[in-house]
Amino acid sequence: MKIAITATGANLEASVDPRFGRCACFLVVETDDLSFEAVENPNVALGGGAGIQSAQLVASKGVTHVLTGNCGPNAHQTLSAAGIVIVVGCSGVVRDAIEQYKAGQFAATGEPNVASHFGIGRRGGR
Amino acid sequence: MRIAIASGKGGTGKTTVATNLAYVGSRNGRSVVYVDCDVEEPNGHIFLKPDLDGATPVGTLVPKVDESKCIHCGDCGDICQYSAIVSVGDAVLVFGELCHGCGGCSLVCPSGAISEVLHEIGEVHVGSTGPLAFAHGLLRVGQAMSPPVIKAVKAAAPAADLAIIDAPPGTSCPVIESVRDCDFLLLVTEPTPFGLNDLKLAVAMAREMKLPFGVVINRADLGDRETHLYCGNNDIEILTEIPDDRKIAESYSRGELAGEVLPGYRRMFETLLGRIDLRAG
Repeated sequence: MKIAITATGANLEASVDPRFGRCACFLVVETDDLSFEAVENPNVALGGGAGIQSAQLVASKGVTHVLTGNCGPNAHQTLSAAGIVIVVGCSGVVRDAIEQYKAGQFAATGEPNVASHFGIGRRGGR
Repeated sequence: MRIAIASGKGGTGKTTVATNLAYVGSRNGRSVVYVDCDVEEPNGHIFLKPDLDGATPVGTLVPKVDESKCIHCGDCGDICQYSAIVSVGDAVLVFGELCHGCGGCSLVCPSGAISEVLHEIGEVHVGSTGPLAFAHGLLRVGQAMSPPVIKAVKAAAPAADLAIIDAPPGTSCPVIESVRDCDFLLLVTEPTPFGLNDLKLAVAMAREMKLPFGVVINRADLGDRETHLYCGNNDIEILTEIPDDRKIAESYSRGELAGEVLPGYRRMFETLLGRIDLRAG
């Protein structure tokens, strides 16, 4: 199974990045043998639409599942349209999070768990 | 002539100055229109109390996709700078609230699958109060993009010899849209560190746009002298200083115009308007 997981760095020992659209890095991981490709996220500093762009990016990698901390409505809609299963609530070391997911400790979410612009690092305002 | 009133910082007295200038101008026999471009929270009507016509809806054109014609080439998503349209899997998603209405997606679509439909984001009202013509706009709550509504307010405003444009606070797109075609820009500030910080941003904006401008310092006798020093050191003319007068605050809180109920302030605003006339002439 090929998954994408949001990470703060380009290796399996990095932490899970709690943001989806503006995570530092996507690790595209083959769960059978933990071989992976690290994709630096070009959307970190986008003014808007980061979730949508990131969703397109991981969809282009052919993954079936996304593991992350939080996922907003636009990213959720785009990932769902691409037929990708979204798993939120992941944290800690990437390698552990993948193992926990394989052990069935996380469930897929049918809806976004945070509001738009969660990953911008401020709430409300203009 | 078009005079725009802007500030950088919010709450410095833009609307107080704008409504009073419009009032004294119209009472001295000029044909004047007051145009409230602060479409996120217009409040000029509280003081001018205009009779308004019905609402005219304002919208932007957003893409509508005919899925039966779509060949999922992705060109629409590639041209869009705001991720407002994406082709993903076997679907095309449109995020109307991100769309800036440029129409690029429908132009590049090779299969003619994209048409444009009106997405309402607000409304415009025009009217009058005595001899003064009036226009304002209302951005719908939850909408993020005010410039199309501002553009519509300015287009709908009745023609007059003098237009007083009440701009929103800040120095971003809504302000640029409000002030871009004015003959003179009046920057209202207050002599506080916050007021000065944002005045500097507004001055930079005015200079970038090559607009003639001057400053009004409101509540001029509180705070510090830094704003006066800054203006002096940068060749910026202070056209009027309005004192921190309880009588102005009282008339404001009753929804009255200081220039109407306080004779001394009527003369102050007449003088200010005369000074702007000379500079924008």
